[in-house]
Amino acid sequence: MESRLRFLFLSVAVLVMPALTGCSSLPFFGPGEDTQVAEAPEQVIEPEVERREIVQPRIDTEDFEIGVYAGGMSVEDFGVNAVYGATIAYHLNEALFVEGAIGRTDTEETSFELLSGAAQILDDDEREFTYYNASIGWNIFPGEAFFGRGRAFNQSFYVIAGLGSTRFGGDDQFTINFGAGYRLLFNDVFALRVDFRDHAFDTDLLGESKTAHNLTGHVGFTFFF
Amino acid sequence: MNPRLSALKPTWIAAVTLIAAALAWSPSAHSDDKPLRTVEVADPFLEMHTGPGKGYPITNVVERGESVQIVRRKTDWFKVRTDRGREGWVNIVQLELTLDEFGERTAIEQIGRDEFLQTRWETGIMTGDFAGSDALAVYGGYSISRNLSLEIWGSQLVGNFSNGWLGTVNVVHETFPEWRVSPYFTIGAGVVSTSPKSTLVAQEDRTDQVALVGGGFRAYVTRRFVLRAEYKSYVVLTSRDENEEVEEWKVGFGFFF
Repeated sequence: MESRLRFLFLSVAVLVMPALTGCSSLPFFGPGEDTQVAEAPEQVIEPEVERREIVQPRIDTEDFEIGVYAGGMSVEDFGVNAVYGATIAYHLNEALFVEGAIGRTDTEETSFELLSGAAQILDDDEREFTYYNASIGWNIFPGEAFFGRGRAFNQSFYVIAGLGSTRFGGDDQFTINFGAGYRLLFNDVFALRVDFRDHAFDTDLLGESKTAHNLTGHVGFTFFF
Repeated sequence: MNPRLSALKPTWIAAVTLIAAALAWSPSAHSDDKPLRTVEVADPFLEMHTGPGKGYPITNVVERGESVQIVRRKTDWFKVRTDRGREGWVNIVQLELTLDEFGERTAIEQIGRDEFLQTRWETGIMTGDFAGSDALAVYGGYSISRNLSLEIWGSQLVGNFSNGWLGTVNVVHETFPEWRVSPYFTIGAGVVSTSPKSTLVAQEDRTDQVALVGGGFRAYVTRRFVLRAEYKSYVVLTSRDENEEVEEWKVGFGFFF
């Protein structure tokens, strides 16, 4: 009996005491620290950090090469004449570039026309030789060229080949071109180019079917941008 | 002297003037007023070559902690200038190991496969065979979505007996654009114009409408380039009793931007 009473008083004491004193030492009954933490923390400082716009200076790239050229072209059976044209190239990496080119030349009379005196094979419009092509070039031997003691220019010897079309004698001809050239860079953007190429196509202009080889040699200036 | 060759004389004068101008005008002098990107060397040293290529000798090194300015870029090579005013070319692999002004790895804009998948415009050239004629084609395309694009094609046809032009508008469906070699299917319509060669007995020039169906593959190569190969089957809607069926295959490359 006595022990039962003692248990009852103790139980009451345990329950009432914390409530009276506000003491929260007893973990099971006290309000507990975690309830305070659970309250939303009051924001003391309003962040006023603006995002900084970072504008990095652009790096100037020079992968495109545009240029003009002039030289001589030997059109099979139709003499050697001045040729001129324009090119645009894109450099894929230090070794490879793709290039598009256009060019034109006026051809002369064939030996037969000159000797016979009267017979004309082509009229004036047909005598005009125009071509365009797309080619892939390979800077096979890049290096430096020295000019005197104090100057060095970058240079490269390249091989190039491609496909295109030629308009001559009133017809279009599927044309392959191949050759080699040399590029000398005066500085990072200006270059001199010397280029030798064969433009070959099948033709039956003079009666029998054959492959005509039209050799060109030209000098050009290019600008990288 | 051949009068035509003598016509070259003004060209030579122009050429000499151009050389002089090129030598006198130094592009780096102009770029001085532009702000340049500055990076700090983080590796033990940065190697400076005399030209934009692996073979050019290394004449300078910049040590860790020093900074360099990036003057210009040619393919994967960067011309840099040191604080002491020395210039040289650095490869992208080494430049990417430097630190930018915030102490982070220098981020260099590189065109890769991700850009290839995101860009909308593409142009290219292809060559092949169109019903026995050689075909030279140029195209331009615009992606409406990841899978669907519109393409405009123009081809020059050069044959043994006739020459011609072909222009078409195509809708292209690329089923798996994320594949390295990705197949596509296409349908389209257009116009073909043929004229007999001038060495043959004159026939009439013809212009006919065409409808086409085809398929092919695109493969990403490097930087901005894709390789393409395709086959197309055309129906030429002639004014005669029977329509012609024509087959075409082509290979070439595309350039996206």
